[in-house]
Amino acid sequence: MNGYGVAAKLAALGGIALLAVVLAAKGHDAGYVFHAYLIAATAIAFAVYYARDFSFALVTSRPTTEDRYLDGVVKAGMIATVFWGVAGFLVGVVIAAQLAWPALNLDLPWTTFGRLRPLHTSAVVFAFGGNALIATSLYVVQRTCRARLAFGNLAWFVFWGYQIFIVFAATGYLFGITESREYAEPEWYVDIWLTLVWVAYFLVFFGTLLKRKEPHIYVANWFYLAFIVTIAMLHIINNLAVPVSIFGSKSYSLFSGVQDALIQWWYGHNAVGFFLTAGFLGMMYYFVPKRANRPVYSYRLSIVHFWSIIFLYIWAGPHHLHYTALPDWAQTLGMVFSVMLWMPSWGGMINGLMTLSGAWDKLRTDPVLRMMVMSVAFYGMATFEGPMMSIKSVNSLSHYTDWTIGHVHSSALGWVGLISMAAVYDLVPKLWSKSGLYSDRLVSWHFWLATLGIVLYASSMWVSGIMQGLMWREYDDQGFLVYSFADSVAAMHPYYVIRMLGGLLFLTGALVMVYNLVRTVRGGERTQALPGAPAWAS
Amino acid sequence: MSTYEILRHFADSWGLLGLTLIFVFVVAFVFRPGSRARYGKAAQIPLNDESEA
Repeated sequence: MNGYGVAAKLAALGGIALLAVVLAAKGHDAGYVFHAYLIAATAIAFAVYYARDFSFALVTSRPTTEDRYLDGVVKAGMIATVFWGVAGFLVGVVIAAQLAWPALNLDLPWTTFGRLRPLHTSAVVFAFGGNALIATSLYVVQRTCRARLAFGNLAWFVFWGYQIFIVFAATGYLFGITESREYAEPEWYVDIWLTLVWVAYFLVFFGTLLKRKEPHIYVANWFYLAFIVTIAMLHIINNLAVPVSIFGSKSYSLFSGVQDALIQWWYGHNAVGFFLTAGFLGMMYYFVPKRANRPVYSYRLSIVHFWSIIFLYIWAGPHHLHYTALPDWAQTLGMVFSVMLWMPSWGGMINGLMTLSGAWDKLRTDPVLRMMVMSVAFYGMATFEGPMMSIKSVNSLSHYTDWTIGHVHSSALGWVGLISMAAVYDLVPKLWSKSGLYSDRLVSWHFWLATLGIVLYASSMWVSGIMQGLMWREYDDQGFLVYSFADSVAAMHPYYVIRMLGGLLFLTGALVMVYNLVRTVRGGERTQALPGAPAWAS
Repeated sequence: MSTYEILRHFADSWGLLGLTLIFVFVVAFVFRPGSRARYGKAAQIPLNDESEA
């Protein structure tokens, strides 16, 4: 880059830093002031980074050698995925322990369950899952279009912009900044920033599709694109809000009452449908065939899967508002569409699993493929459980209980977590040009630790949730409630401990992964016996 | 009629019909004659990639 370019960047970043300091001086609340200083610090850090490139020869341009693919940003995404994953799982274990032993709230405002819980959900969904989606989508779109990412280094802006979003969201929660909207807690200025980053992400992805050399757009890209476009729409509408002041963090939703509730759950359920499902299905449709070295079982089924998911998911949100002020027809509509979703979901699961038909033996020798298959199996289980729980009569028992939390975690840990980590295992040796992972055995350990952790988690929450639901609706022959709410809380203690142990196993598996990946990147494949091979063969 | 009533009537009549027809068309289109070979080729895209990294 020539001197003018660097000078312009430094001036812009300096301007941002100055403006941020002014905002900090005028800020109304502690969290806002902290964020303003954080903006200044971030701008200065980037300015220092760019300043290293400064040259007084104002017109020189460095010769650039362009690789075929832009993979640096995918590598960075792998590191971010693993880092935020471990952080998010760790906070999850901490808050699970807080529920079992409330003293662990430490009596400090910053460490209470109410603030750490959105920290956990945002860290795992947006930081871990989001980075996995962004990184893999940028990898997959380049490979399946045989084209380098569009718009040069805009992908790097997407990467760093997204990390900045995560840091602002997370620190805001600790300060008590929240919009109180499920899975969309960050306040207005963080929402605006994410919108900018997301538009850049769309441009990079869509631009790459436009310059593709492959005539057909592979189905994985359809799912990724649906994820990007729908999340943009959901994010903007759900976060329409009026700030109290531009010098404060607080804002109020543009909507009120039941309309606001419906918009929140239209967002909330489609965050599940398009972030946690469509995006990761894109991952499945690339990495499962790639790993099994076989084309997807039925490409036609994958297209029918895509359109069915797109047409049905968007209507399912009202099932979060059964037996509320929401009109009855809307509740029934949400339930019916949720039940219909079962079919395309299982079509997709069958498509993923049957891709291995004729290659099932690979499950014995490739623990990464085993992890993918377990993930798809959890996708099938969760997409059966979800429609069932959306039926009003089932929901009257399950809603507001731990059953919901168990359902979410068998999908999030089982489906989203395992497919993401399997994709990371697949990509890291390729991106760092290694022949393979340091140890397949450690992947096997990770697989079992994670799977057992999920089993402990889900089963304890089934028992706890159904027990809670039954205790809340238990009447005596006089028509009085038999149990107080506190009775049901006391009864849940052992299940909370089991749940925390399940989370601990899952976290341990992730730490095993970190060790394995670090050893892989730092060099060398460990000499290892093939799993299942007799001792004399090693 | 209120805006709510107008939109609600549109949603459960023409809106529903229109979206259903689009969906039926899209699914039927997937099974058009000659699509098997095309999709067979498309399914190979991830496996054709000659340069891994």
